[in-house]
Amino acid sequence: MSSGQDRTRLLKPLLFALCLLPLLLLVGRGIIGSLGPNPVEVLTHETGNWALRLLLLTLAVTPVRRLTGQVLILRFRRMLGLFAFFYAALHLLIYLWLDQFWGWSEIAEDVLRRPYILVGWLAFVLMMPLAITSTQSWMRRLGRRWKQLHRIVYAIAILAVLHVLWLVKADLMEPAIYALILALLLAMRVPWAWLSMRMRRLGSVARER
Amino acid sequence: MLIKKPHEIPPSEITPRHIWERRRDFLKVSAAGLGLAATAAFTGTGLARASATGIIEHIQPSPYSTDEPLTSLEDITSYNNFYELGTDKSDPKANAKFLRPRPWTLKVDGECAAPGEIGVEDILALYTQEERIYRLRCVEAWAMVVPWVGFPLGDLLKRFEPTANAKYVAFETLFDPEQMPGQRRKVLEWPYREGLRMDEAMHPLTILSTGLYGELLPNQNGAPLRLVVPWKYGFKSIKSIVRISFTETEPHATWNRMQPNEYGFYANVNPEVNHPRWSQRSHRMIGDGWLAKKHPTLLFNGYADQVAHLYAGMDLNRFF
Ligand code: HEM
Repeated sequence: MSSGQDRTRLLKPLLFALCLLPLLLLVGRGIIGSLGPNPVEVLTHETGNWALRLLLLTLAVTPVRRLTGQVLILRFRRMLGLFAFFYAALHLLIYLWLDQFWGWSEIAEDVLRRPYILVGWLAFVLMMPLAITSTQSWMRRLGRRWKQLHRIVYAIAILAVLHVLWLVKADLMEPAIYALILALLLAMRVPWAWLSMRMRRLGSVARER
Repeated sequence: MLIKKPHEIPPSEITPRHIWERRRDFLKVSAAGLGLAATAAFTGTGLARASATGIIEHIQPSPYSTDEPLTSLEDITSYNNFYELGTDKSDPKANAKFLRPRPWTLKVDGECAAPGEIGVEDILALYTQEERIYRLRCVEAWAMVVPWVGFPLGDLLKRFEPTANAKYVAFETLFDPEQMPGQRRKVLEWPYREGLRMDEAMHPLTILSTGLYGELLPNQNGAPLRLVVPWKYGFKSIKSIVRISFTETEPHATWNRMQPNEYGFYANVNPEVNHPRWSQRSHRMIGDGWLAKKHPTLLFNGYADQVAHLYAGMDLNRFF
């Protein structure tokens, strides 16, 4: 156990740095002026893409643990989820500031008229309670309900993929890849959910006897 | 002849700075011994032609040009929507090398008395090339100011003697996945097709472009021959054209057929008609930088004085 703790102590800062890398690269490109002819578009797309990628990575933790039996990676899940939220917040900030310039009537119109924007907002708003309750103390305070609350992550991921599917003009390849990965990650949970349901039912039957 | 005082000469009648600068450089190169190019420079008498270096000679200024600041050549040639060369904005530049714009023949057919073919070199020699500095407004809410080189489409169309049945003009891009690797995936229905009403096609603002910034069109901008209709969204301005047909009925237009509720056949720039996924009220000017405010979009992209009469009595919300 202590060697595992040593390893996480080493790996956590490494993962932190890795998760920060996309942002640092964007800032670097911004400084040397290599974000291309439409920098705001690049910033929107990159932050959105990293929010979604990190969200999918977060969802990959449990299936990977089950398949490999490697429990250590569970300790990285919170960081991955929080970074997904961090990039989504940046994505939203760039949209509100550099795309809409805080024009609230246009922003409201966007939500009402454009399903992909509405779905993006829904995903982001749902991420907030999960980010807030991600601490140890909230975990303790909520007990069993913490796990139930954090199942919202499935809805968030589905909404985020819908967001990307709906914003594409013609080339569905990238969103289709995201959708496929998400479908796979969700499908992998089904056998375990089924098994644990069976176990619980068997357990209760046994108790009744 | 009336002699104008210098300040009365409209800016559009003065050879644009970037062109004379290039000409001066060009003459220097010629003087240094580039015999071939030098011949090209001095044989033409008012006729346009391209030198071996891609510079188009004898470009005339045009009163239709705007004097707004130009988008840089770098931005114009590295931020393109040209799905035949890839769907990312940076793809067309990277894949430009596959397209071979010479030799190139344009086929003209349909409702006309004299159908036929014409090569790009002949087009350059037959039609006086003008510089047309136009605003370009993309349906995705960004814009550029591009110094096109070209000539009125109508001049070419007349040559093929359209009949009374010719109500529309249809355009077609090259289909050749070898030269256009983007066509290997069916992102759009290939070949890309577009169309104009006859009066739109004959309008003096509508040009066939052969170049920009004084030189032959870069491949990623639709070499060797593309349409430019400055009061319509950019997707109407079809690139790398191989065929023009006169038709009696409204021609097939690629984006319009694919998503008719998002892309109209007319596709006139109109801040009041929103795309389902973007507001069209304002646009980002490419090259402005990230903190710059967006610009308000104008009806017909600011060309209302010249073109509004074409749509008199039409419900622009219905025929968007
Ligand atoms: C908070 C509300 C949100 C708003 C207002 C918003 C807005 C946008 C906008 C304007 C675009 C660019 C659309 C275009 O280029 O046409 C975009 C793209 C994108 N967004 Fe969002 N978004 C939101 C939330 C999210 C969330 C929560 C995620 C992921 C977890 C996300 C992931 C993406 C992705 C992956 C793209 C596409 C990037 C690409 O095409 O390369 N967005 N979003």
